[in-house]
Amino acid sequence: MSSPVVHAHHAPEGFIRRYVFSLDHKVIGIQYYFLGLFSVFIGMFLSLLMRYHMVNPTVSVAWMAKLWPTAAAGGVMTPELYLSLMTMHGTIMVFFVLTTVPQSGFGNYMLPIQIGAEDMAFPVLNMMSFWTTFLALVVMIAAFFVEGGAPLSGWTAYPPLSAAGRVTGPGEGMGQNLWILSIAIFCGASLMGAINFISTTVDLRCKGMTLMRMPLTCWTWLVTAILGLLGFAVLLAAGVLLLLDRLAGSSFFLPAGMMISDRILADHKGGSPLLWQHLFWFFGHPEVYIAILPGMGVTSQLLSTFSRKPIFGYKAMVYAILSIGFLGFLVWGHHMFMSGMNPYSAMAFATLTMCIGVPSAIKTFNWLGTLWGGKIHFTTAMLFALGFVSLFVTGGVSGIFLGQPALDLYFHDTYFVVGHFHMIMGVAAIFGMFAGTFYWFPKMYGRMMNETLGKIHFYLTFIGVYCIFTPMHYLGIAGNPRRYSAFTDVEYLGGLIPVHQFMTYAAYFTAAVQLIFVVNLFWSLMKGPKAPVNPWNATTLEWTVPSPPPFDNFAGVHPVVNHGPYEYSVPGAASDFIMQTDPPSAVPSEH
Amino acid sequence: MLLAPVVWALTVGVAYFFFAKTWWFPPPINQHGVAYDAQFMRTLVVVGVIFILAQFALGYVIVRFRNDGRGRAQYTHGNNRLETLWTSATALLFLSLVVMGTKIWAGVHFDEAPPDAIPIEVLAKQFSWSFRYAGPDGKFGHIDLKLVNDSAGNPFGLDDKDPASKDDIVSASLKVPVGKPILLRMNSRDVIHNFFVRELRMKQDIVPGMEIPIHFQADQIGIYEVPCSELCGLGHFQMRTTMQVMSVADFAAWQQQMLAQK
Ligand code: HEM
Ligand SMILES: [Cu+2]
Ligand SMILES: [Cu+2]
Repeated sequence: MSSPVVHAHHAPEGFIRRYVFSLDHKVIGIQYYFLGLFSVFIGMFLSLLMRYHMVNPTVSVAWMAKLWPTAAAGGVMTPELYLSLMTMHGTIMVFFVLTTVPQSGFGNYMLPIQIGAEDMAFPVLNMMSFWTTFLALVVMIAAFFVEGGAPLSGWTAYPPLSAAGRVTGPGEGMGQNLWILSIAIFCGASLMGAINFISTTVDLRCKGMTLMRMPLTCWTWLVTAILGLLGFAVLLAAGVLLLLDRLAGSSFFLPAGMMISDRILADHKGGSPLLWQHLFWFFGHPEVYIAILPGMGVTSQLLSTFSRKPIFGYKAMVYAILSIGFLGFLVWGHHMFMSGMNPYSAMAFATLTMCIGVPSAIKTFNWLGTLWGGKIHFTTAMLFALGFVSLFVTGGVSGIFLGQPALDLYFHDTYFVVGHFHMIMGVAAIFGMFAGTFYWFPKMYGRMMNETLGKIHFYLTFIGVYCIFTPMHYLGIAGNPRRYSAFTDVEYLGGLIPVHQFMTYAAYFTAAVQLIFVVNLFWSLMKGPKAPVNPWNATTLEWTVPSPPPFDNFAGVHPVVNHGPYEYSVPGAASDFIMQTDPPSAVPSEH
Repeated sequence: MLLAPVVWALTVGVAYFFFAKTWWFPPPINQHGVAYDAQFMRTLVVVGVIFILAQFALGYVIVRFRNDGRGRAQYTHGNNRLETLWTSATALLFLSLVVMGTKIWAGVHFDEAPPDAIPIEVLAKQFSWSFRYAGPDGKFGHIDLKLVNDSAGNPFGLDDKDPASKDDIVSASLKVPVGKPILLRMNSRDVIHNFFVRELRMKQDIVPGMEIPIHFQADQIGIYEVPCSELCGLGHFQMRTTMQVMSVADFAAWQQQMLAQK
C-alpha cells in the first residue's frame, strides 16, 4: 500500500536518464510502443515479400538480389529465403509486436495511473526488461546477417528440423542458434515484466481501488502477466533444451535412427520431437491470449466510454477473463491433434477447447449488451473497438471448426489455420492497439490525433484485412497447405492461384494505407491540437491528471477512489459520467 | 454509422462464398469422408448462424444506438439471468458439436484396422515419399539404415540377405486396391512430414522415432494428390506424390509388374 507521507518525486536530470535508461514507467511504455511499431513495419515488409513471391515465384526482381545476393541470386527468391522470411515474420509479429505493445507498451504506461500508483513496483526491473527486450530484437534481426541466413523452421521451430543443425537446411546453422537465443532473452525480459505487473497490481492500488473497481484493462493486464509468468518460464526451459541439443550433443528432442540426407545421426538417441511440441504449445496457447486479452480490455473500456453506458456484466467479464486465463493452460493439445500424440487425449483437449470458447462468447455478448441502449459516439478509437468486436467474431467462429479433432483431420496446417489466427490474434489484436493509440494518445503526448485521417485509415484497413485474411478460409477448405513457398508442384493448387493473387493485392493495399496512420501519428505528435485533461469525458484515473501526466503521475497527491470504473449516465447525476475519484455524493442518494 | 453497412456487406461477402462453394472440398472417396462432410456442414450451419447473427446485431446496435444528442444512455450494469442463459446455451452448443464429431475421430483413431487390411509401409524424408509392400510372401524383409541408398533405389535400406525382402515392392507413389482396407505404417527418416489426402479427409504427421499407423479404405478409382503438410524444409512445397486407387485386378497386375522389374 502507498505510504501515508506525501512526497513529490522529481524527474531525473539529463537526457540519458530521462529518455534512454529511464525508470519512469511512462517513458518505458513509450519505448515499448515504438519498439513494437518498428517491428510491425519489418514484419509487414516481410509479409509483402512473401505475398509477392507466392504469386510470382519465378519473376526476377533486381533489388531482391541486392538485399540477398545468395538467397535471391538473380533476383528470384529461393524457397529457403521464403521460409526464413516467413519464420521471421511470424516471430517478430508474435513476440515483438503482439506481446510487447498491448501489454508492455500500453500496460506499462496506463496500469500505474489507472490504479492510482506513482510508478511500477520495481522501476529498475522495468527498465531492465525493456532493454532486455531490445537486446532480444537485435539478436533476432542479426539472424538475417549470419551465414545461411535466418532459420526456416517457422515461429514454432519444431525439431528435428530446428534441432539437427545445418544439415536440415540453410538457416538451420547459426541463424537458428540466434533465433533460440533471442527467444530465450525475450523470455527473460517477459518474466521480469510479468513479476512487475503482478506486484504493481497487487500492492500499489490507491485507497478505495478495490479489485472489483479496477478498469477491465487492469484485469486483462494482470491476467496477461500471470499467463506470461507461467508460459515464458516453460518456453525458456524448452529453448535451453533445444540449444543444448544443437550445441552440446544432448538428445532431448532427437530420437534414435535418424538419417539426414544420407548421413546417419549416430550420436543421438532417446529424444522425442513431441516433447518440444508439448512444451512449446504449453506456452504457445497462453501466448495467443497474451496477445488478445489486453485488446479485449481496451475494447471493453472504449465500448463503455463511447456508448456512455456502464459495461454490461462487469463481474461476468472479470470471471470470463479469469477463466480464459485458467483454461488457457489446459488446451495446448489442440495444436497437436495430428501430431501422433495419444488420440484419446484429443477428446479431452477438444472438450476443454470448447469450454474456453464459452468465456470468449460471453465477452462478445456483453459487448453487444454494453452497446445496447447506449448513445454511441463514433470516434476513431471507438471505430477500432467496434472493428475489434467484428474481427473477434470472425476469427473466433473458425476456431469452432479447428477445435474439433474430427474436422482438424483436414484443416490442420492448411490456410484455414492461417486465416483463423491472423483474424483473431493478428488483426484483432492490432485493432486493439490502434484503438488504444487513438484513445490514449492525447494523454500520452498531450495532443489530439486527427480524426478525419483516423477514420479514413480505419475504414480502409478494416476492409483491407477482411480481403486479405477471409479468403484464406476458402483456400483451407480447398486443401491448400500452409508454409508453401510456391504453388507450382501440386496440381490442384494451380486453380487456387487467383485467390492468392487477390490476397496479394489486398495486402499491398492494406500496407499502403498504413502510411495514413504513420502520417497521422507523427504529424499529431508535433502539430496536433493541445489535448485537454479529459477529452473523452471518461471516468478512470488517467483522465484526472494532466496530459501528459507529471513525472510521478499524481504530483504527490494520493488519489482516493469512490466509484466503480464505468459509471456513465447515472440517472440524476450532474453529468453523464462520474469519475472514479469524484466524491461519493456525486451519485444522487436514491441510487 | 457508416460502419454498419460496411460490416453487413463484408458479412454477406464472406458468407456468399460458403454458399457458392466456389473453392471447396473435392468429393470424398470413402465412408469416413461422407461422415466428415456431414459434420462439417452441421458445424458450418451452427457457425454460420452465429457469425451472421452476431455481425448483423453489431451493425444493428451501431445504427439503432448512435448518439442522437437526446437524453442519456440507459443505466444498467447487466442482467444475471441473461448471463446464465447465454453461458449455458453456448456451452451446450459447443460441447454437442464435439460429441457429434467423436464418432468420426474414433473411426480413424480408436478403431483398430480390420485384420485383413493390407499393410503398407510409408517412408517420408526430405523431400520425397516411398512406399513398401510386403509382396507375395506377406512378410516385410529386414531393413537397416546402413544399407540405405537413395540413388540405387533403396530408400528403406532393404537387406538383400533376408529372403523375406526379396519380394518386397518399393514404389515412389502409393497404389491401393479399391474397396479394401489399407493400413499405412508411417515412418520418417529425418524431420516431421505429414501425409494428407484431401479426398480421404485424412491427415497424419509422420514423426521420426515413432511408427504411426493409419487405416482407411478408398472406394473410388482415381489418382489423388498427396502434398506434404508439415513444414519439413526448403523443399516442403515440392514434396508431393500421388495415391492411385486401382481396381483389384489392376492392383494385382501392378504388383506383378513391379516384381518382374526387380
Ligand atoms: C500485412 C499483414 C499480413 C500479411 C499480408 C501476412 C501474411 C502472412 C503470410 C503469407 C504468412 C505465411 C503463411 C504460410 O506460408 O503458412 C504468414 C504467417 C504468419 N503470420 Fe502473417 N501476415 C500479416 C500480418 C500478421 C500479423 C499482424 C501477425 C500477428 C499475429 C502475423 C502472424 C503470423 C504468424 C504467427 C505466421 C506463421 C509463421 C509461421 O508459419 O511460422 N501476421 N503471414
Ligand atoms: Cu491454442
Ligand atoms: Cu515433407
